[in-house]
Amino acid sequence: MSTAPYTPMPGAAPLGRMIAAQTALETKMLLRNGEQLLLTVIIPALLLVLFSAVDIIDTGRGKSVDFLAPGVLALAVMSTAFTGQAIATGFERRYGVLKRLATSPLPRWALMTAKTLSVLVTEVLQVLLLTVIALGLGWSPQGDPLSVLLLLLLGTAAFSGLGLLMAGTLRAEATLAAANLVFLLLLVGGGVIVPLDKFPDGVQSVLGLLPISALSDGLRDVLQHGASMPWGNLGVLAGWAVLGLGAAAKFFRWE
Amino acid sequence: MSHEPVVQVTGLVKRYGSKTAVDGLDLTVAPRTVTAVLGPNGAGKTTTVETCEGYRKPDAGTVRVLGLDPIADAAKLRPRIGVMLQSGGVYSGARADEMLRHMAKLHAHPLDVDVLIERLGLGSCGRTTYRRLSGGQQQRLALAMAVVGRPELVFLDEPTAGLDPHARRSTWDLVRELRESGVSVILTTHFMDEAEQLADDVVIVDAGRIIAQGAPAELSRGGAENTLRFTGRPGLDLASLLKALPTDTLAEELVPGTYRISGKIDPHLLATVTSWCAQHGVMPDGISVERRTLEDVFLELTGKDLRP
Repeated sequence: MSTAPYTPMPGAAPLGRMIAAQTALETKMLLRNGEQLLLTVIIPALLLVLFSAVDIIDTGRGKSVDFLAPGVLALAVMSTAFTGQAIATGFERRYGVLKRLATSPLPRWALMTAKTLSVLVTEVLQVLLLTVIALGLGWSPQGDPLSVLLLLLLGTAAFSGLGLLMAGTLRAEATLAAANLVFLLLLVGGGVIVPLDKFPDGVQSVLGLLPISALSDGLRDVLQHGASMPWGNLGVLAGWAVLGLGAAAKFFRWE
Repeated sequence: MSHEPVVQVTGLVKRYGSKTAVDGLDLTVAPRTVTAVLGPNGAGKTTTVETCEGYRKPDAGTVRVLGLDPIADAAKLRPRIGVMLQSGGVYSGARADEMLRHMAKLHAHPLDVDVLIERLGLGSCGRTTYRRLSGGQQQRLALAMAVVGRPELVFLDEPTAGLDPHARRSTWDLVRELRESGVSVILTTHFMDEAEQLADDVVIVDAGRIIAQGAPAELSRGGAENTLRFTGRPGLDLASLLKALPTDTLAEELVPGTYRISGKIDPHLLATVTSWCAQHGVMPDGISVERRTLEDVFLELTGKDLRP
């Protein structure tokens, strides 16, 4: 080493390089985490295979995979954008990762962009995997890919807002417990594998307003029934997205 | 090279609820120096440093770091400073080299990561993830993350807490190399010897205020002076001894036969005392000069032990 190896030469890397690096790291952390993989990959895939193969739940007319695949896609979005992101961000906050990054050259908005990109990368992998499995099980998707894309994006925005709100306001352990509990409750009551019409009328109309129901119902309208733009469901998701992201922006505590 | 202060804090006040953590603190840090902020737990060290880093908004007073406002000019300031938090700051599932390479990628002209890993002995971490690293390894990784971006100014919050003596020395060496390279270093510490060894300037903080500041040698010289002790037969005529010594010197018999002389103890005074003893047929047994350490200064000023 030279005599002055640490001679100052400060400077931020170009923004694009910083965001790419941050996205890659966030994605790597997510895919390396066993519990996260269980939530985002194994549970949706198992549910899809199990309930398609075994006729436990009455999924209405038609092949059960045609009912289940859209629901499981909705579940995949929720598991990554909400549950996974809430838990990971909660622990990053707890262990000072967010605090340390706050004094790095990476701007906060760039960190949030990287987190969003990492969620989207994970979702692409999930959708590919689940689509391949569903097609193998005889799934015949209908409808307009653009509506599907829009539903997935708005669903991601809605769940991200709620996940970040939870991660930024509760203790990490509380986030861990609550995010898993919400995942389980919405899995059962959000029209993912159990059709909403199995619930009493009054309950049904409330459940229908949940982001998971709007997403699974919208995806089912398009992919199973070939409906055009499901505006109602898109509207519910947009509402949740505005509420969730707005509240997260206002209440998120970085330390 | 600029001679502007790297940190200029004026009248800083920071409260948490009803508790005042920092209470009207003024601090100026010269460039290319090592400044140690010493103080007992809860003195306001971390709050002061974190205000400089832009984590906390002052309730009153102004803070300028490299001439910038840490909050308003955060985007300009952040690439120029390096921060080592007291703990954490790393993804629990990340490996040491992975996190360090990542921090390097956020900077325009980072250090060579492999050289830095070698220098800080982080090579042995291998594929171990952060949560399974030893406390010392986690500390050294945090230090590496603070310097990898080639900052002008580095903040180290208790950089050697929990390190073994070997790792501690290695960290001290790195701090010295940083200064030799022209980097300004501000560190907080509980360890007197760390401040004495490393710092050009020591700032003693207590109850949210600076109660003393200066070079370590200056601080330990100031206030009460050094002492000379010896034993001899009881009841010596100290008035006659004092006549031979400079006017501001004190002499007392602590217990019969044990004498203490306080004042500016230099070779000349020592010679005067021994020749007086020779004239009076006294053998000054166990004659010793005691120098004040920074630890004594600290205890005197704060009435507190430094360690938690």
